[in-house]
Amino acid sequence: MNTAASTPASARRAALALLARATAAELATPLAAHWPDLTVRDLRRPESGLVMVRGRIGGDGAPFNLGEATVTRAVIELADGRRGHGQMLGRDHARARLAAIADALWQGEAERPLIERDLLSPVRRRLEAERAAIAAETDATRVDFFTLVRGDPEA
Amino acid sequence: MMLAEGLADQALDSQRAFRAAMDALARPGRILACGDGVPADAPLPRAAAALVLGLCDYETTLHLSPSLAGAAGVADYLRFHTGARLVASPGAAAFALVDLARDGLRLDAFAQGIPDYPDRSTTVIALANSVSTGGRLSIAGPGVASVAELAVTGLPADFTAQWAANRAAFPLGVDILFADAHSLVGLPRSARIIAEGR
Repeated sequence: MNTAASTPASARRAALALLARATAAELATPLAAHWPDLTVRDLRRPESGLVMVRGRIGGDGAPFNLGEATVTRAVIELADGRRGHGQMLGRDHARARLAAIADALWQGEAERPLIERDLLSPVRRRLEAERAAIAAETDATRVDFFTLVRGDPEA
Repeated sequence: MMLAEGLADQALDSQRAFRAAMDALARPGRILACGDGVPADAPLPRAAAALVLGLCDYETTLHLSPSLAGAAGVADYLRFHTGARLVASPGAAAFALVDLARDGLRLDAFAQGIPDYPDRSTTVIALANSVSTGGRLSIAGPGVASVAELAVTGLPADFTAQWAANRAAFPLGVDILFADAHSLVGLPRSARIIAEGR
């Protein structure tokens, strides 16, 4: 098919997961800086729909339908035939299209380091910082329970 | 490989295609315009492409006749834009896309429906070089005021006999939508071919 087949699927999955969480500015700024006049064809214009989010309580709970979430997806094609897919929560059509462009570029050996360095890394750092901040806030309220005396000391 | 784009306006163009298919089956023999929303570089005649893009989705099964299944880009195009599952057996398909000139047409190979669910039969979208009125077949039946004339290029020689058998199994049987580059005409299972001219 194309260059995507030669890279491990898990690497692409990780990139797509980051692209799905990137803000519009995080996507648009590096793309505009490195590829200001990119030819892009919209194969599937951004479209919004619903997906059923399924959940389960605990590792062995029965799956249940938690609710529906709005998702937006887009597919673009670069001039050389590389196809990029953008898929994310929400209804931001421009963002889904930018993510698709970034995914298509990521699949090229030449462009991948630039995408990794200037687009994905900042997103990864921001997400890690956010996660750490929430963990720190939660950690500050931690209460350790322990038992001083177990049972009846007189017995 | 470059992939052609789908319908220009996903919502409106698929509704137009659906409306055209519905009208075609309600008014056998009437020529209806279809396919404006399909880009010129689509790998199929535009009316046929509009029908498939409008009618098929990820829940439908689609059969491609051998020459279409082998043609470059047709399967890729339809799979990408509809998400439909392509099936090799015509009897397992909700929709079938058939190239009349290259692959012929065998109506009894398609799903005929079952008595409790006659709607589970295959809807055949047949690609013809041209469809027009005033020609070979005279048809009558529900939706036809008296007699409608129909000419479809590439029909098999025994089509009238095949259609009689299809009609005899009513309410089972297949419905056909003949499509060329920019128009389509319907032949629902309720229609009868009353005369075959030259």
